[in-house]
Amino acid sequence: MIIAEQKPLAEIQDMVAPYRKILLVGCGTCMTFCSAGGPEQVNELAGTLLSENKNKVIEKTTIPRQCAVKFIDRLENKVGDHEAILSMACGNGVQAVASRFPDKPVLPALNTQFIGVEKEPGVWTENCLACGDCILWRTGGICPVTRCAKSLLNGACGGASGGKCEVSKDCPCAWQEIYHALKRLNMLHYLKEKPQVKDWPIHPGRVVREDLRGEVLS
Amino acid sequence: MKSGSNLERILESGQFAVTAEAGPPKGSSPKVVQRKGELLKLCCDALNVTDNQTAIVRMSSLSGCVLLKEMGVEPVLQMVVRDRNRLALQGDILGAAALGIRNVLCLSGDHQKFGNHPTAKGVYDIDSIQFIQMVKTMRDEHKFLNGEEISGDVPFFIGAAANPFADPFEFRVIRLAKKVSAGADFIQTQGIFDMPKFIEWMKMVRDRGLDEKTHILAGLIPIKSVGMARYMRNNVSGLSVPKEIVDRMADAKEPKEEGVKICLETIEQLKEVDGIHGIHIMAVAWEDIVSRIIEEAGLMPRPVV
Repeated sequence: MIIAEQKPLAEIQDMVAPYRKILLVGCGTCMTFCSAGGPEQVNELAGTLLSENKNKVIEKTTIPRQCAVKFIDRLENKVGDHEAILSMACGNGVQAVASRFPDKPVLPALNTQFIGVEKEPGVWTENCLACGDCILWRTGGICPVTRCAKSLLNGACGGASGGKCEVSKDCPCAWQEIYHALKRLNMLHYLKEKPQVKDWPIHPGRVVREDLRGEVLS
Repeated sequence: MKSGSNLERILESGQFAVTAEAGPPKGSSPKVVQRKGELLKLCCDALNVTDNQTAIVRMSSLSGCVLLKEMGVEPVLQMVVRDRNRLALQGDILGAAALGIRNVLCLSGDHQKFGNHPTAKGVYDIDSIQFIQMVKTMRDEHKFLNGEEISGDVPFFIGAAANPFADPFEFRVIRLAKKVSAGADFIQTQGIFDMPKFIEWMKMVRDRGLDEKTHILAGLIPIKSVGMARYMRNNVSGLSVPKEIVDRMADAKEPKEEGVKICLETIEQLKEVDGIHGIHIMAVAWEDIVSRIIEEAGLMPRPVV
């Protein structure tokens, strides 16, 4: 799941200041699950913006995902009347909406944080950097590229103490967790190997699946 | 000889080596490095020049090394993977070789969060073990990381750090073994205060025969005050400062003298530990004390090999 947080209200107010009629769009998947941009947050943000500025006209809607054209199409009939779209999607959704409606300003109401999980109520942690070359099979299901602050492939560094990363007492040392996981799984031999340097992906990424492009090609 | 450096010759001849740290300034004056070089040149076999230590921007390590070399002091070039990707690391290694630097210490580096630009983007393209292996391949096979040929020699005596006190303890020796097999010719350890834990670690090192495959230099940090002892105990990750040391500093009438005494006692104990081939003194902002410690530890004069 993608995790995001709402931007500071002052920044959102600055963004929407030039526009009177605004379409506020929530996102029904990740942003709803992480309580950043679902229908509930759409209602709250609309209420706050209206209470601050009575002249604004805000229409609210939430689509299942702002990262899929088939759902974005549902906005077609609503967009026309509005001067701007305020999107409560992740950066991916904002861009997909912006590309579908190139003549409308599409404004991000959220700051996208990472791919992660809800660790406990109100706490989310990062799990995947989408590095394009998964090594979780040799690290006990714990990603050092993401969860080690230095992305070490041969951790742990000398800074871990009491099982915590030197960067934050709230952050477990990924390599300590990997060590214990591999010990539990009887796979400690992986720790003795020296993984090759990583082939980092070229950005922007592009995935092409020829098997799914048959119709386009023919 | 892999590099022909003074440090390599001393260690390979089986003599007890002494190195110390000479951190460059937060400024452009060469005098700071030169002063440290003057203070330390007669009592040390080589001086480590730190690389944006604790993630605080300073004069570059390579420049500091050249300043030392110009005055006849042998430098150890510290390099961290925090600030450079594989292109920059290899380029600097070639430049250092061209400038006559013969020792390199390959490190991850303190996380940028602790420094004076805490929101900088950390590079960490490769890690310290991969870095060691890369320099070894450059030296022994004349090849870049991508396999392309390097023209000219890359003669480095390759060093690495080891922290016997970090977690998980039982994993520390596995990681040291990886550094040694990657190509670490010498090891400089974290500062030692917790001697029982260090002795236990060294036993694990000897059990794996690692002391015969690399030269281990035991790290020492002279303590100036009880405040410094407390700070290191409570705030420095990966350091183990027992309460007894803090109490001794707190009770001392002359804390600096007590700090020297603790350091000398540690050196005496280290001389008794099998597999230790030297010491590395990190007297941050107290370089003046190093020559006295080395003199009183009976390690002067330094051998000429």
